[in-house]
Amino acid sequence: MELGPLAIQLLNSVQYGLLLFLIASGLTLIFGIMGIINLAHGSFYMIGAYLAWSLAGHLGSLWLAIPAGIVLSVAIGVLLEWLLISRLYRRDHLYQVLLTYGLILMAEELRSVIWGDDVHGVAVPAALAASIPLTETLSYPVYRLWISGVCVVLAAGMYLLITRTRLGMTIRAGASNRDMVASLGINIELVYRLVFALGVALAAFAGMIAAPVSSVFPGMGNQVLIVCFVVVVIGGIGSVKGALVGALLIGFVDTFGKVAEVSVGGFRVLPDLAGMTIYLLMAGVLLWRPEGIFGRRLQ
Amino acid sequence: MTRGALRLVAVLALAALLLALPLLAEKYYVQFATKILIMAIFAMSLDLLVGYAGLVSLGHAAFYGLGAYALALLSPQYAGANLWTSLPLAVGVAAAAALAIGSLALRTSGVYFIMVTLAFAQMLYFVFHDTKFAGGSDGMYIYVRPVAAILGWQPFSLEDIRHFYYATLALAAGTFVALAVLLRSPFGKVISGIRVNEHRMRSLGYATFRYKLVCFAIAGGLAGLAGYLAAAQHGNVNPDMMGWHLSGGGLMMVILGGMGTLTGPVVGAVAMLALEVAFQGVTKHWQLLMGGFIVLVALFLPRGLIGLAAAARRRREPGP
Repeated sequence: MELGPLAIQLLNSVQYGLLLFLIASGLTLIFGIMGIINLAHGSFYMIGAYLAWSLAGHLGSLWLAIPAGIVLSVAIGVLLEWLLISRLYRRDHLYQVLLTYGLILMAEELRSVIWGDDVHGVAVPAALAASIPLTETLSYPVYRLWISGVCVVLAAGMYLLITRTRLGMTIRAGASNRDMVASLGINIELVYRLVFALGVALAAFAGMIAAPVSSVFPGMGNQVLIVCFVVVVIGGIGSVKGALVGALLIGFVDTFGKVAEVSVGGFRVLPDLAGMTIYLLMAGVLLWRPEGIFGRRLQ
Repeated sequence: MTRGALRLVAVLALAALLLALPLLAEKYYVQFATKILIMAIFAMSLDLLVGYAGLVSLGHAAFYGLGAYALALLSPQYAGANLWTSLPLAVGVAAAAALAIGSLALRTSGVYFIMVTLAFAQMLYFVFHDTKFAGGSDGMYIYVRPVAAILGWQPFSLEDIRHFYYATLALAAGTFVALAVLLRSPFGKVISGIRVNEHRMRSLGYATFRYKLVCFAIAGGLAGLAGYLAAAQHGNVNPDMMGWHLSGGGLMMVILGGMGTLTGPVVGAVAMLALEVAFQGVTKHWQLLMGGFIVLVALFLPRGLIGLAAAARRRREPGP
């Protein structure tokens, strides 16, 4: 591959990886801190994208749609945690899977009722609609660079929040011993509610900023959810660092799997089997370290 | 009448009803009953994992789909495959795939296992969805159902929906009995022991990984059997047969009926398919009702319908 296209694919893989990180970090935080496996996490990504599309249509700009969408998604997160998720903390994972599976069905159907089943495009905001020329014929859209930048800022912010603030300290304490934190007079239920809402907001925000790039379509959440599972399995569940490494790895493998051309004995392996690459990567990691790269040892 | 005699009468009545159904009911209901029996096989196989071995698999549809695709690929274009060779082959393919996937997935446990099984099922989905060898996203058609010929003699014809029903009924009953025997055997006791306390089983000297792997392969093979029958019944296969909606639906059947029992998944399959039809009659957006129902079951009915019946019985006859 020549240098120009190579640079573009590298930038694309970083951008995709960082976006995945945003979604997967919410998934891994909710599991690591609250012990909840949330299948509906991808649905929040989808809801975010649809909110961006419909609010941008009503308000006239993505810049207005994003804050409004975040407020709405936090509200959805708080409501769901209060009504449903909070009843599952001491229950087996099986019931968490079942309940959140039910939520997926409801989210997909509500999406169909409210917004229909069509595919929609979202315009890139005018301020970011430019492209940066790389060579004489190739250029790279500013909007994708902006996505990467925003994801990096959010990742840094999340790191600071968890390691350097009082709230972060409470969250970490709540993850290791819920009852002890509660007996110290901290409202742990409120902390959990915040964490869940934060995770929902992260996924929805990822959907909002991804909407102009990926377009908005039914089933987009489930596709992303499964990729995020792979990210989390590779990185080690509960580890934000692992989610970052896993997401970047997946971004790289997936992007290059789709553009590389590899044939074995006359049979075109790539890009025909590009859909499989990330799962093979996961299989490799499972053989090497079943607990994930940054995971705690199982058992 | 004693409890045992009552139960015997109930079982005999149910058997008589199941055997007489094709003679009494219309074609549509016979086909619907066949579909329920196929799903019951699928749900029982999943319950072996979830309810007995404590392995929550969210990718069980992969093996169902493999059994279905095996039949499609084994069927000549305008003729039926031979039932006696294609059925064992389909089950074997599904069990072999379960052995391979299980050997990786069982290196993990708990919530990892849930995610890994889902991811591998999705991988298989993409293999069939993205490549052309089995029709890609459109899938394949099976124009002629498998032929039950033994050296030219044909004891029954699956093209007849009544014969198909009886064949499915026999296989579902066979699955039920085989699993009941398996679970009563020393193997079954070890499997249950692993669910309750794997450390202890290991310290007792059992190679728990191998037990779980064999269990996973058996469940995969039985799911393949269900997929084979579904493909034969509907006459087509597509990648959605491996999709996670079926895996999730299977889990729902197991829990709604009552996991850790063999009648539970059967009851769950009946209830789920009946509910699906009922909800579809109410609104086009029936998935909304189904989703809400699943949420309520997860919250309020953890032991399923079987558990509900048992609790009611305990209330009526307090304490021994």
